[in-house]
Amino acid sequence: MNAALGTNKRKHKYKRFVPLYVMMVPGLLYLLINNYVPMAGIIIAFKHINWNSGILGSPFAGLSNFEYLFKTKEAWVITRNTLGYNVLFIVLGTVISIGVAILLNEIRSKFWKKSYQTVILLPYLISMVIVSYLVFAMLSSESGFVNNSILEPLGLDGLTWYTEPKYWPFILTIVHIWKVFGYSCIIYYATLVGIDRGYYEAAVIDGANRWQQIVNITLPALKPTVITLVLLQVGTIFYSDFGLFYQVPMDSGPLYDVTNTIDTYVYRGLIKLNDVGMSSAAGVYQSLVGFTLVYIANRLVTRFSKENALF
Amino acid sequence: MVENGKGFQVFANIIMLALTIFCLFPFVLLVVSSFTDESTLIRNGYSLFPAKLGLDSYAYIFKKIETIARAYVITIVVTVSGTLISMMLTVLLSYPLSRRDLPHRNTFAFLVFFTMLFNGGLVPTYIMWTRYLNIDNTIWALIVPALLLNAFYVIMMRTYFMTSIPEEVIEAGRIDGAGELRILARVVLPMSVPMVATLSLLIGLGYWNDWRNGFYYLTDSSLFSIQNMLNTMLQDVQFLASGGAGGNAGEIAATMPSVGIKMAIAVVGAVPILIVYPFFQKYFVKGITVGAVKG
Repeated sequence: MNAALGTNKRKHKYKRFVPLYVMMVPGLLYLLINNYVPMAGIIIAFKHINWNSGILGSPFAGLSNFEYLFKTKEAWVITRNTLGYNVLFIVLGTVISIGVAILLNEIRSKFWKKSYQTVILLPYLISMVIVSYLVFAMLSSESGFVNNSILEPLGLDGLTWYTEPKYWPFILTIVHIWKVFGYSCIIYYATLVGIDRGYYEAAVIDGANRWQQIVNITLPALKPTVITLVLLQVGTIFYSDFGLFYQVPMDSGPLYDVTNTIDTYVYRGLIKLNDVGMSSAAGVYQSLVGFTLVYIANRLVTRFSKENALF
Repeated sequence: MVENGKGFQVFANIIMLALTIFCLFPFVLLVVSSFTDESTLIRNGYSLFPAKLGLDSYAYIFKKIETIARAYVITIVVTVSGTLISMMLTVLLSYPLSRRDLPHRNTFAFLVFFTMLFNGGLVPTYIMWTRYLNIDNTIWALIVPALLLNAFYVIMMRTYFMTSIPEEVIEAGRIDGAGELRILARVVLPMSVPMVATLSLLIGLGYWNDWRNGFYYLTDSSLFSIQNMLNTMLQDVQFLASGGAGGNAGEIAATMPSVGIKMAIAVVGAVPILIVYPFFQKYFVKGITVGAVKG
């Protein structure tokens, strides 16, 4: 009797929420297909894929795909490039964005403040394809601006930029910073605007100069935002911007040593070389290490500032 | 800061002006080059102060207007329909997750959230869309994979609902006898216009700028968006000559101002964003700051 009442009550309780559950169905269904099914597809990396017998029917390969991958020189190169560029981007990007945010906050004229803000965010909104045209306009060996308008008037020979690997770590770093510094700068700036001006007034009364104000008030106030943004970037340190490393160097073969990252390697392996075993092994390597890093990074964010944590 | 001498203002403005030039220079070079005479470009390269201006590139683009117009129409159709469907899915998923009284809501929230931590990578994703769902070389390839629902936006929308819509308002709607869908459409959404607008803008920008879906899933160039067309033309400028009309490619290519046209076509691709951006800047800035601080 009591039990029957209990189930009835529970049924009644859920009935109220049926419309809400139904609302969630399309979105969850999409995530199931777009995200969860490919997660299960990780099994491909542990198989010798034979399309006639399908993924499940193909024979297991154990870890042999991974063995092949890590025996190649590329495994080291793509890991080095992915991590190396990301570390460089995080350090330089953070320092530059904070510096610019502080300067922006110091500008008195409202008009100029707004104009600068508008301009530095512009590159962030342009697609990587258009960015690769902008880079081409600068670096094309026949008609590029650098060869024709800078090197030639200086009496120097033009360079065939797209076949010279030694310059590309600099080029890619400049392009990346150019594209994204405005974005993180805006975030830091939003934090700066929120600082209570009373602190600065008190500091001035105590005779603090501008530099002392920056070191003792501004930077400590930025700390939570900096930690959060940096840790979030550390979490994705095993991923790279495919457009930056594939489109901007125009997929130029001689540059692979300095432009090949895990993402471009997986793409070329899959689409160009049709090597499912190797590229899926590289993909799983990225997914697993990437997941571990995101997880650790988020644990750390939780420790530093709970409200900024993702979970 | 309070004390702020004139000297420092000058210094700060000089640095910021230098950064402004750094950000804008490539765009100016692009636009000027697109308006430069083709033979001047061949002789002197892309330059800020060309010896002779000209409209050769745009004249040629105008001759090939069908190819470009088709890519534009595809981009617009994909952007508009993608943003609408995506916004619908986002709102319908995030609203129930924002309801504190919904049983098991944390389980569902975790299912959404987990997609941000872990993914299967390109290989299984590509094989699923092409071999099992056969989405390649259809218009859906540009709309559905990857972009249709972003877990991060779901979480932003949910946080907004939880912090900005008082529970009493929803309760009042229920007392008036409104169903859940009605409460969402008539009560909650009208109160969430700023967030819906911001997210629509971010989603729309994502669709407009996307070239990856076409790059992965399209070989049929008649379905190319403007980004895919640009992508192809960077390596193979002849695409425009042979792409649309299917005429004698070699003959047309001979008269093609191929150096200038690269810049002109990139201008055609970039101009909508450059024009629209200043009007929506406020919302972009808001979307970025809200997204960063409130996960």
